[in-house]
Amino acid sequence: MGKTLAEKILSVKSGSEAKSGAIVVAKVDLAFVQDTTGSLTVRQFQAAGFKHVANHIKAALFLDHAAPSSNRELSNDHILLRSFAQQTDSFISDVGDGICHQVVAESLAKPGDLIVGADSHTVTAGGLGAFACGMGSTDIAVVLSLGETWFRVPESIKVVVTGNFPPGVYAKDLALHLIGQIGANGATYKALEFSGDTISNMSIPQRLTVANMAVEAGAKVGLFPADETTRDYLLTQGRSDHYQPLFPDDDATYEQIINISAAKLEPTVAKPHTVDNITLARELKGTKIQQVFIGTCTNGRLEDLAVVAKILKGKKRHPQTRVVVAPASRKVVLAAVNAGYIQTLLEAGAIILPPGCGACLGLHQGVLGNGESCLSTANRNFKGRMGNSEAFIYLASPATAAATAIRGEITDPREVI
Amino acid sequence: MLTGRAFKFGDNISTDHIIPGRFAHLRSNLPELAKHVMEDADLSFAAKVKLGDFIVAGSNFGLGSSREHAPLVIKMAGVSAVLAKSVARIFFRNSINLGLPVLLCDTDNINDGDNLEVDLESGTIRDITNGSQLTFAKIPDIMLRILDEGGLLPYIQKHGGFKS
Repeated sequence: MGKTLAEKILSVKSGSEAKSGAIVVAKVDLAFVQDTTGSLTVRQFQAAGFKHVANHIKAALFLDHAAPSSNRELSNDHILLRSFAQQTDSFISDVGDGICHQVVAESLAKPGDLIVGADSHTVTAGGLGAFACGMGSTDIAVVLSLGETWFRVPESIKVVVTGNFPPGVYAKDLALHLIGQIGANGATYKALEFSGDTISNMSIPQRLTVANMAVEAGAKVGLFPADETTRDYLLTQGRSDHYQPLFPDDDATYEQIINISAAKLEPTVAKPHTVDNITLARELKGTKIQQVFIGTCTNGRLEDLAVVAKILKGKKRHPQTRVVVAPASRKVVLAAVNAGYIQTLLEAGAIILPPGCGACLGLHQGVLGNGESCLSTANRNFKGRMGNSEAFIYLASPATAAATAIRGEITDPREVI
Repeated sequence: MLTGRAFKFGDNISTDHIIPGRFAHLRSNLPELAKHVMEDADLSFAAKVKLGDFIVAGSNFGLGSSREHAPLVIKMAGVSAVLAKSVARIFFRNSINLGLPVLLCDTDNINDGDNLEVDLESGTIRDITNGSQLTFAKIPDIMLRILDEGGLLPYIQKHGGFKS
């Protein structure tokens, strides 16, 4: 019997025939934490009496959620994490270096890797063909010490996407459409595995966007094959030796197959307060927006900023709409500066934040006021998510965000491109 | 046997409802953090909940962030188990790792304030207030073994690893 991508990777990492439904113990390649989950990991690691990080594992700590720190409590957590990294000789990505999932994609994740992170959007690295899933702080503490953990091999849902995206439609619209179709728990405990010619033609940044959103349908992982596009991406990151091709077997067994025609998609928006509350951008015409937020592990990459800069070039933000931009990493900021995108965004009236997660989870920078609405390129619109349970969050693509920034109300980007 | 009152919630209660990101700075000060448990779903929950009570929810409880602080503050509030139609996978795993039972069952007939009796051994839940009885889905073996030891750290300290 053939294997899905999830079964293939977990078979290699567990040294067993990992069929869906089985419980396996598998060796982990990369385990990481960030600054709001890591302090608990470090305390659990110490409470358990663990002394060392397992030899074969790459351990990484990311200071990205409060970057730079907004208060002394989080500054003290940063001290704890820096100190742990030093003691255990682990990789540390300090404030300003970038959002963990972006840095993992740029510098660490390889096709076929088994990656666990104390952050739910760890699934992002599935865009490179890594079995990457989120866990809690205690799970990661144990993985750091043992170098392995248990997994239930997930059943897979195959998502076949065919055709070309129409102008103004992007990977984010596909992700939102899919979640709207299957629901916020439509893939709970399962793997979403993507295929079809649209997927083959997708850039890695776009694949990362879709993989990132897999958890918003409840999925354990969102997996893409590793192909020549993956190889080229790793080459541009100076990591060509990290490439290996990875495809599911033709006769793999899927629990369900979902077919999506890319040509039929339109700019899509998730309304408050769940990600599966989906409608089309054009249906929301007239919805006033006080803040547009562009960034995050979902849509803070260079390609995203390029789309936004192209739409905002020579234009101004609507006077009643703040535009907050947080590039996903230091590499992204540098490239965006060199390409002139940052200048374009500043001239259009945008605020440029340092790379980080703060605004997305309501920790700091861009917290909403009572009754305000934000159109965000992030992945979550839960009540209270951006720091205020009296505010409203709409999720959309960077193009829809840019169009909305100009008009001050939710705008289908096809009206401005 | 666990006994307590039901605190009823709807579908899609996220970890942002349970413990919002705006309190991230309190994650190294757990007693302070715990004062905000369920704040964005029910502002008065922390004041009302008593030792042994149950959170009873609809589908997809605990979706969203991987923050283990969500089940941690629920446990610190004295809640003896979470009953839900379905739960998000990271929340499920985190709860078991902390020794907090999560029981999957049809919660429609349980009302807010009902007195419940939960028998973890036999897998039954009795609603004393309305006299109904239901069963919860079997917890996977590996998770049951972790739960039986009181959580993941005690399990690892006793067994040394996952091969057993």
